[in-house]
Amino acid sequence: MLFAEITYALTGIGLFALGLRGSLLRRSLLGRIIGFNVCGAGVFMLFVAIAYRGPEQVPDALPHALVLTGIVVAVSATALALALGRRLRESEHE
Amino acid sequence: MMAMQLWQLLDLLLAGLTLGLGWAAVSSPDLRRSVVFFIAFGLLLAVVWARLKAPDLALAEAAIGAGLSGALLLSALRDEPDTAMVGDVRVGPIAALISLASLALAAGFAWVTVHTLGSADPVRLADEITAQLPNSGVSNPVTAVLLNFRAYDTLLELAVLLAAVLGILALGPARRPYRAAGPLLDGLLRWLVPLLIVTAGYLLWAGAHAPGGAFQAGAMLAAAAVMLRLGGHTSAGLPRAPIQRILLTAGIAAFVLVGVTTTGLGLGFLQYPEGWSGALILLIEAAATLAIATTLALAYIGGRPTTWGPEKPANTAGEPAERD
Repeated sequence: MLFAEITYALTGIGLFALGLRGSLLRRSLLGRIIGFNVCGAGVFMLFVAIAYRGPEQVPDALPHALVLTGIVVAVSATALALALGRRLRESEHE
Repeated sequence: MMAMQLWQLLDLLLAGLTLGLGWAAVSSPDLRRSVVFFIAFGLLLAVVWARLKAPDLALAEAAIGAGLSGALLLSALRDEPDTAMVGDVRVGPIAALISLASLALAAGFAWVTVHTLGSADPVRLADEITAQLPNSGVSNPVTAVLLNFRAYDTLLELAVLLAAVLGILALGPARRPYRAAGPLLDGLLRWLVPLLIVTAGYLLWAGAHAPGGAFQAGAMLAAAAVMLRLGGHTSAGLPRAPIQRILLTAGIAAFVLVGVTTTGLGLGFLQYPEGWSGALILLIEAAATLAIATTLALAYIGGRPTTWGPEKPANTAGEPAERD
């Protein structure tokens, strides 16, 4: 077990919990979306930490590929959520 | 030994900073601060990916996680009422309960993770990837996984992106455009946008053997579009509407075309014929780059661009009657 692997894996879990708490405790949609993104970043960090195999070794490419697609999906989901929120506010004003 | 301890110190520092910024982003009662902390958090994540030997991710995170997400959230902040800027975080007994539950969840996960990582060497797919890499047509293992070994997943991922952007386009018109930039920003844009386009081309080409690829290149092009939009170019540098529609589907179209052709040749779906992998991967990646860039640019614009013309009037005859 590598020091870096365990440190970042635990940090990822911490971020996951922080983000979850944030997305539940926030009042505004924007704040909740930020919480959700931090939550996702935690999952990404856990994956990348597990892929790490030490300074001399080539890391595992499969989790990297998963996280790469994850980053792109996360930003488009964020954009969709923001567009939904904007539409919601507009319909409340009508 | 000394170098080892320095690395561990750096790891602890980075991990602590990431947690601190993540905490600040989700817990700051002021929404504006939250957004700024979140952007800094994204940049720090890019550093963490670089530290964990994931340069592909570091590139993508710097462009998308910190850049594009930040730009999106900052634009959304404009629409947020001023009352949302303070006291955005709930307090009270239920909030304390939720905090406690999250903490318990984290402790549980941590326990499981430490035990799993500490167990005998787990089975990893990395060795399989390394063994098959020479047959993949590229030498960057991440690109090999994305465009060859797990190409089907990437095809579906592009479909997810398309679904998201279709949702955004269907929800309504674009955000208000920005004012035209002053001469200083305009001059900067003249330099920056061509530079970003060249960088995107480089990343696309380099993705075969070095960190880079369609996602990073697409994000670079989208960054150029965001810059143009911020500089007052309403169209964000995107082409005419019919071409935009073609570009949005280009990635999936290239994937499906290659897949159907390989099936027609008697190979499996997306099973590249020998010797053709490199060329086919580049073809798909080039199309995917354009699709990802257009998707992200339209996602930033936040709705149906005004250049698409007025929405067609809805077919009122087919609408269901209103119920009370």
